[in-house]
Amino acid sequence: MIEVRQLRKRFGDQQVLDGVDLTIEQGESLVIIGRSGGGKSVLLKHLVGLTHPDSGQVLVEGQDIAQLDERELLGVRRKFGMLFQSAALFDSLTVEENIAFVLARERNHTPEEITRRVAEALEMVDLPGTQKKKPAELSGGMRKRVGLARAIIYRPEVIFYDEPTTGLDPVVADSIDKLILRVCNRLRVTSIVVTHDMRSMQTVGRRVAMLHEGRIYATGTPQEMMSSADPVVSRFVRGISDEKEHTF
Amino acid sequence: MLDLPVQIIRGVLAGLGRFSLMVMEVVRSLATQRLSGRDLVAQMYFIGVKSQTVVLVTGAFTGMVLCAQTYFQFHKVKMDTATLAVVSVSMCGELGPVLTALMVAGRVGASMAAELGTMKVTEQVDALRTLAAHPIDYLVVPRVVATVLAVPLLTAESVAMGILSAYLVGVHLLQIDPGYSVVNMLRFTDHRDVLMGFIKSLIFGGIIATTGCYKGMHCGQGAEGVGHSTTEAVVYASIAILMSNFFLTLLLTRLLALL
Ligand SMILES: Nc1ncnc2c1ncn2[C@@H]1O[C@H](COP(=O)(O)OP(=O)(O)OP(=O)(O)O)[C@@H](O)[C@H]1O
Ligand SMILES: [Mg+2]
Repeated sequence: MIEVRQLRKRFGDQQVLDGVDLTIEQGESLVIIGRSGGGKSVLLKHLVGLTHPDSGQVLVEGQDIAQLDERELLGVRRKFGMLFQSAALFDSLTVEENIAFVLARERNHTPEEITRRVAEALEMVDLPGTQKKKPAELSGGMRKRVGLARAIIYRPEVIFYDEPTTGLDPVVADSIDKLILRVCNRLRVTSIVVTHDMRSMQTVGRRVAMLHEGRIYATGTPQEMMSSADPVVSRFVRGISDEKEHTF
Repeated sequence: MLDLPVQIIRGVLAGLGRFSLMVMEVVRSLATQRLSGRDLVAQMYFIGVKSQTVVLVTGAFTGMVLCAQTYFQFHKVKMDTATLAVVSVSMCGELGPVLTALMVAGRVGASMAAELGTMKVTEQVDALRTLAAHPIDYLVVPRVVATVLAVPLLTAESVAMGILSAYLVGVHLLQIDPGYSVVNMLRFTDHRDVLMGFIKSLIFGGIIATTGCYKGMHCGQGAEGVGHSTTEAVVYASIAILMSNFFLTLLLTRLLALL
């Protein structure tokens, strides 16, 4: 469904993506892991066409979205939902207006239906009754969950989650993992999850891809990753830092 | 050695190119997309209604000082009753549109650049794009349309206020004869002067909104980028208003003479 070929991107003199190749099948749930600053968020932004690559292709159902202009991309993006790492809520709108954004613009939903679906979505992310709050009044983890509700409410075919569980307590994190799983299984949604959380990787991922030095360094099931003999992968999944000499 | 000038020229041309692309996109959006009435009304309220005080005060004091200064000069040659005519002609054609536009640029242009710039650096513009809304349709077009509609109305208010306060100062403070003054004013103020002010204010409204939105949508990173964009939006809009005013005066005088 989504195919990335030889994607390259540099910012200034920093080569962030250096030939990424990746195929994502319809209905699968893929977890992307990699070092902080390794380019995972940049890769996601290329997948939804927010950033233009220097070279390479992003094929969505066979169509190269790197070639489309902004207006043509809008049609493609209706199929996508995205949870930003920073949540990126509209701070001039209330929680309810944020979540209902797409539905309210489509003009084929009644106000009652929108109210009901917003309430349902808030229930799902465990934030009932926060409709009238402004994003500035919420905690970081709450904002993230509102962002999640906003991304799933209009039932996109593909959802990109950029670190959905960072900043959440373990219980809520687990419930978000289960929600992602539920959305993926029940609605046959394709999920792409960027995460640093090994537990959530094992819960949500059917397949894991590790981004390292601008490329997909390894792919495999969560079990394969956890038991990998490769030094880079095993050090990452176990969370062991480079054994450099300490200078102070 | 030639590197720096070349880079600067290239930067300016690239900026102009991006600006023209944005304006083209605005025109395209106006022609093909539905404009949300709710967004438009909200912007009209912010730009039009909330700018009243500043615009009225500007108009009043400009009219007053213009009246006093003109009177001091005209009094020497016993032309007291032509004072209001001078005030009215220059308020309608030049001072009203220009001063209103400058005040609105400072208030509205700056806030547009700051608001859109903040949305840009906090990824809200990206979020908008993933939610299948074009930033031009959703953010820029309502602001441009609202400003183009509001500035002429604000200009009219400011001109009226200017003339009214000039009348009060002239008649009650400087003892000019009210009857003759008003007759002279009406005789020398042409519909062309009014039309010129109207056309100018439409164009100035467009300049303010497109500059503010452009600076916001293309702002640099972080709080510093937003601050920079805000300043530049006001400076560029003000300069563009003053420069285009000169050329518009020359051009419109020719064109309107044909009427
Ligand atoms: N707009 C930009 N301009 C310049 N450099 C950028 C930009 N966006 C990202 N980068 C650089 O690209 C690199 C990758 O950033 P990215 O946000 O993708 O990392 P990440 O893998 O998501 O990290 P984290 O796990 O901490 O979120 C970083 O080193 C960053 O400095
Ligand atoms: Mg990231």
